[in-house]
Amino acid sequence: MPVTTLDGHAVHVDAEGFLTDPAEWDESLADVLAERIGLTLTDEHRAVLRFLRADFTARGETPTLRRASLGTGIPVKALFGLFPQKPAKKMAYVAGLPKPHGCV
Amino acid sequence: MNTTDVAAQIVPRFDDDASTGRTLAIICSKGSLDMAYPALVLANAALGEGVETHLFFTFWGFDMITTRTMGDLKFTMLGNPATHLPQGLGGLPGMTALATSRLRRSIAALDIPDVPEFLDQIVASGGHLWACRMSADMNGLSEADLYDGVEAIISASDFIEKTDGAQLLFI
Repeated sequence: MPVTTLDGHAVHVDAEGFLTDPAEWDESLADVLAERIGLTLTDEHRAVLRFLRADFTARGETPTLRRASLGTGIPVKALFGLFPQKPAKKMAYVAGLPKPHGCV
Repeated sequence: MNTTDVAAQIVPRFDDDASTGRTLAIICSKGSLDMAYPALVLANAALGEGVETHLFFTFWGFDMITTRTMGDLKFTMLGNPATHLPQGLGGLPGMTALATSRLRRSIAALDIPDVPEFLDQIVASGGHLWACRMSADMNGLSEADLYDGVEAIISASDFIEKTDGAQLLFI
């Protein structure tokens, strides 16, 4: 399991670069992760990330895009605006969580 | 656990070139509940991967976008050996209703939306819905009878033209 240093934090990542230990994440790391994929976080991004983290803690799996939309009240279209092209994977990456496994 | 310190930072390749410019065309020709979902799930997955996605509803698939029928698609055991039940059962009165409600329940249990709401999500994700001209004419239906997210009633040739170079799925 590779270790990479992000903004002074040493974090464990998988072969694609997703964090493998959610406990190594904090909100300041989110800014660093976001910046690496070309995003600048706004309060709306952060609201999504907080939901993802809370839902992952509660259920042990990363929520899908649909679940993130229902849970945050942010419409799917707006989530595509916040995390363009591949929203479910991008939000999981920035939240320091594994990719979602669910199909829908 | 073996750990390796890597100098180069590993960043997921979200916008890698393979997905840019990729287009998927899905032809939906069936109007039963179990044949509607494969198209909806795959379209939704493709959109979530940044793939431009077009769905063409034709023949029985028209039921998926006709407002009168889209919320009431059915599943029957008849002619479907994958239920692993005697085929004779499927013909008994009430069996289609029973099979339909059981399938609906198991889909809902997985937190997967019903057909109209799934189409809402596909449209919100940037998916394109097209209705088949011949099917509309055969059933005497116009755009007023169709789900709002349908962009237009178009001919088969128009659809082929719109999806030039696309990967294609016929369901």
